[in-house]
Formats: sequence, C-alpha cells, structure tokens
Amino acid sequence: MQTDVNELEQLSQKDKERLALTGLDLEMTNRCGSFFQIDQDVVHTSCAAEGIEILPIAVALEKYDWVSDYCWKAVPKDKDKYTEYVAKQEMPQGVVVIAHEGARSETPLQACLFLRQEKVQHVHNIVIAREGSEIHLISGCASSAQKEHGAHLGVTEIYVGKNAKVTSTMIHNWSPGISVFPRSMAIVEEGGIFLSNYVCMQPVKKIQMYPTARLAGKGAVGRFSSIVVGTPGSHLDLGSRAILGAEGTSAELITRAITTGGTIISRGHVLGETDKTRGHIECKGLILKDGIIHAIPEIEGHLTGTELSHEAAVGKIARHEIEYLMSRGLNEEEATATIIRGFLDVKISGLPEVLQKQIDDAIDKAESGF
Amino acid sequence: MLDIRDLSVRVEDREVLHGINLQIGGGETHVLMGPNGSGKSSLLMTIMGFGNYSVTSGSILFKGTDITQMPIHERAELGIGMLFQRPPAIAGLKLGKLLTATSQLGGEAVEALAQSVNMEDFLTRDINVGFSGGEIKRSEVLQLKVQQPEFIMLDEPESGVDLENMALMGREVAHLLEKDVHIIDRHRSGLIITHTGYILDYVDADQGHVMIDGQIRCHGNPREILKVVQEKGYKECLRCKQM
Repeated sequence: MQTDVNELEQLSQKDKERLALTGLDLEMTNRCGSFFQIDQDVVHTSCAAEGIEILPIAVALEKYDWVSDYCWKAVPKDKDKYTEYVAKQEMPQGVVVIAHEGARSETPLQACLFLRQEKVQHVHNIVIAREGSEIHLISGCASSAQKEHGAHLGVTEIYVGKNAKVTSTMIHNWSPGISVFPRSMAIVEEGGIFLSNYVCMQPVKKIQMYPTARLAGKGAVGRFSSIVVGTPGSHLDLGSRAILGAEGTSAELITRAITTGGTIISRGHVLGETDKTRGHIECKGLILKDGIIHAIPEIEGHLTGTELSHEAAVGKIARHEIEYLMSRGLNEEEATATIIRGFLDVKISGLPEVLQKQIDDAIDKAESGF
Repeated sequence: MLDIRDLSVRVEDREVLHGINLQIGGGETHVLMGPNGSGKSSLLMTIMGFGNYSVTSGSILFKGTDITQMPIHERAELGIGMLFQRPPAIAGLKLGKLLTATSQLGGEAVEALAQSVNMEDFLTRDINVGFSGGEIKRSEVLQLKVQQPEFIMLDEPESGVDLENMALMGREVAHLLEKDVHIIDRHRSGLIITHTGYILDYVDADQGHVMIDGQIRCHGNPREILKVVQEKGYKECLRCKQM
C-alpha cells in the first residue's frame, strides 16, 4: 500500500471534477482497489479485495519474478515508435493488476492516469487474471483543465487466464491539444472472457488506437464496445481487432459514433483463423453536423468453418422517427435527444453515474447544434 | 371537435388530397374507407402534422383552434393521438422509457397499463424492434392509453393482427373512445381507417366516408358503405359520385 493523500487533495476542484468524469471515485465507495498516477508519479495504490493486487509496475517486477514473463509478451516492443519510446524508458511507470487464481471481485478496480504538467506521459500497464479469476477495471485517463498540449502513450497488456473474466472500461477525458496513442493487446486463454468498453465524448486533438484481442484458447470470448463523439477539431482513428485463434472462439465489435464536426475513422477487423469460430462487427454512425465518419469494417476468414459478418451504417437521424415521438407529445429537441440516447445505448455495464450524466450532457450539447 | 375545410395537401411534387371537407363532433367516431393509395393515411398524417405533408390550401380546426401550421407535439398536447399502421422501430429506445416520458397519468401508471394489454414484458424492449404485427398494435394502443388523447386516429388497426389480438384491440379502442360511457357523457372522438371493417364489431361508428383519388366521394352509414363495397367494390362509390 502506498498513498500520498496530499497529492490527491492538492488537485484543484476543476481537476477533481474532470477525474470524476472519467469514472474515478475518490471516495472509493464503489471500488475495491485503486491506482492513481499523475504525470510520471504514482501517487496512490490500494486494494482491499482478497487475492487481487494493484501495484506500480516497478514494485510488481520486484515482488514477483514471473511478472517479467508477461512484460512485452502481448505487445511487441518494436511494434511502432510509440511502443519503442515506452520500452526504452529507464523508469517505467504504470500499473500491474494481478488477480490470483480464483480471486473474484464484482466491485471495480480503478486506475487513473492524469496528465498535468509533463509533455509526455508514458505508461506500461499489465493486467494478469489467473485461472478462474474475475475482475472489473475502470481506467480513466484525463488531462488537467489547464493542460493545453501534450501526449499520452500507454501500453497495456492484458492476460486473461483459463476460465477467467476481465472487463475493462476505459473513459477518456482529454483536452483539445492532447494527442493519445494507446497500444493494447489482450490474450485470452481457454474459456476466458474479455470485455472491453471505451468511451470518449470530449474534445481531443488526436487519438489513434487499435486494441486487439487474441482469443488463443478454446471457447474464449471477446467483445469490444465503443461510444465516441467527434467534436470539431478532433481526429479519432479508432479500431478494434479480434483474432479467432482457437476452436469455438467468438468475438463481437460494436461501435456507436457521433460526429458534431470532427473526424472519426472506425476500424474493425475480425480474423477467423480456426474452425467453429464466429465474429461480428457492428458500426453505426450518426452525423449530426458536418464531420466525417469513415467506417472500415474488415472480416477475414481463412477457412470454411468460420462465420463472420459485419454491418455498418452512417447517416442522420430519420425524420419520421423524430416525428413519431413528437406525435406522442415530445418536442423536437426532446425527440432528437431521446433517439440519440437510444442510439448510444450499447449496454455498458458498470458505467459510473457521473459518466452517464456526462453522456447525457454531451448529447444535450450535441443536440443544441442539430 | 375536428373541422377540416377545403383541405388540399401536397407530398413532394404531387397533390394527394384535393379539397377535403370533414367534420367530426365530440363523442363521434367516423370510419374512413377507400382503396389502397387513395389518400386515407395521408389525411391522418396531415391532421397529425407530419412534415412531408404540406397543406396548399384550406384549414384544420381542432377544438376551435386553427392547427394547420402547428408543430406535431403541440397538436399532441392539444389532444390528438394516432395509432400508426407501421410505426418506426427505434433501436435503443425502451418502450417503458417512452411511456414514462409521455404519460399523462404519471410514470407509476405505466406498469399497470402495460399489463392491461399484455405488454409488461416489452417495457424493457427497444420500441417496435422485432415486434410481431400484434405486438406493434398492442404497443401503439398502450402508448395511446398512456397519452389519453381526446381525438384518436387509427390507421388500419386490424392489419397484421390475429383474432385473439383483434378482440383485445377492439376492446381497448372502444374503451379509449369511451364507448362504455353513456352517449350524453361521451366526449372523445375517433377517425378509423379500415379495409375489413372488423373493428366495427367492437367499436360502433357514427359515420362513414369513402375516399377515392384524394377526394371524399361519399358519406353515410359505415355498415351500409362496408356492405356495398364488399358486394360491389369501390367502383360503386365512383358511380355514387357521378350521380
């Protein structure tokens, strides 16, 4: 356990609010563990759940020699210039979450990465869910309200063991001058389940990511859900990939994208390498104002026993849907907001209340310009 | 209650209704018949205020107020409600959520009203997504029960409905139109589009009208009109106009 309460208390009220929007619960009422990094300093780690540990990466590597076996195994060091940058750091920072065999917690663990002053924040996170364990992570990434320019480079390696389950909900709340390059990869063993949720509804300069799940064990399941809003000036190049690498594996990639003037590239790739596998990509985009939504769903089958499908639709809200709701007494703004809320409903479990409110606020803002 | 005078309506480049006159008094139920594509649904959509239907001449008065240019939701607030034949499916919008948002009887009433039309299991379902014909109609009736309009338009309430659902629909529509209330105390009015007339087994109608090619060609007793149409077809109504 390590806590620097002063650091947390010193944050301005505005920064605390920004953190709350990413799902960070400073009171820890609905959290079983917590990790908090400001720039390159780990200021807080704690965990109350039995069999589950949250450790700064340096501590984890020291405590368990086997943790190094998981280091740069899923994400290659030389994947691109960003991974190379993170790999060459002499003082790597980031969080290691370990759920020991059979350990389970339905209450989420939170990891918060806050960019306050430094030009570049780099993290290397490792999540190890051993056989039969179950954990829910909420990772919030944000930048200080005063932070105008900067970059966040995050490498995350997730190992879902046999019959283990990992839910990872990532909420981004950056500023218009920040560029973000997460590099994530999950390896899911036999009977394992990996659920990844991603929400980004605030302005950002650029986000580029393509998290991948390799379903390596029999019957493993992967699911990516993304809710994104592209505001004017934002460039979001997002995607998710699932590799169906063992018999009986299945994956679903779901995206809801709204642009109010920004550019969203929504990629998706399901690769069916093995027999008796199923994969589906669903991308729905709404253009509320001039902006670009470019959906690029790819399905790639390498043999007869894989069943892959995709559906993508980009457009505006259908006028007759708005009018239908108006005939029940809702005014045009209410009807529009009701339809957009429905559009964004992809059933993200474990979504914090403040975030739900943030989504509602974002919709209200979006709708005023509709 | 409803007073339509010399109403002509255009959809895109085409005039679909020509000089319609129709008066429906408080407590009255009227039936609108006519061949497919004759303009019956267009009339209902125009009364509701749908954007595609632009009034080129004439007026619509509701309870003495000129609503010809009024936005849809204000018409709904004034007391106009509609049962759609093919309502849109809206992914992500839960039926229960819409009902709570539009309920004139408070959100608490929704559950019991849903039970009354066997829709309690649909409150958490996306509206009309994957609903069967009968389920769509029950959902529409439920929305009207929650909305409590004074003037109800029903666009082919029988279509896609099996016999069992027809009985339920008929009973509910009769109740919405206060058919169980003594005629002196009955205030609500209705306008029903029907091809088969099955709804008339449950809902007594006061007047019938036949629309052909965007014009109302004749008025009369709804049962008699139905009988003539069943025996001789709508060509008889054309002859009626020529007389």
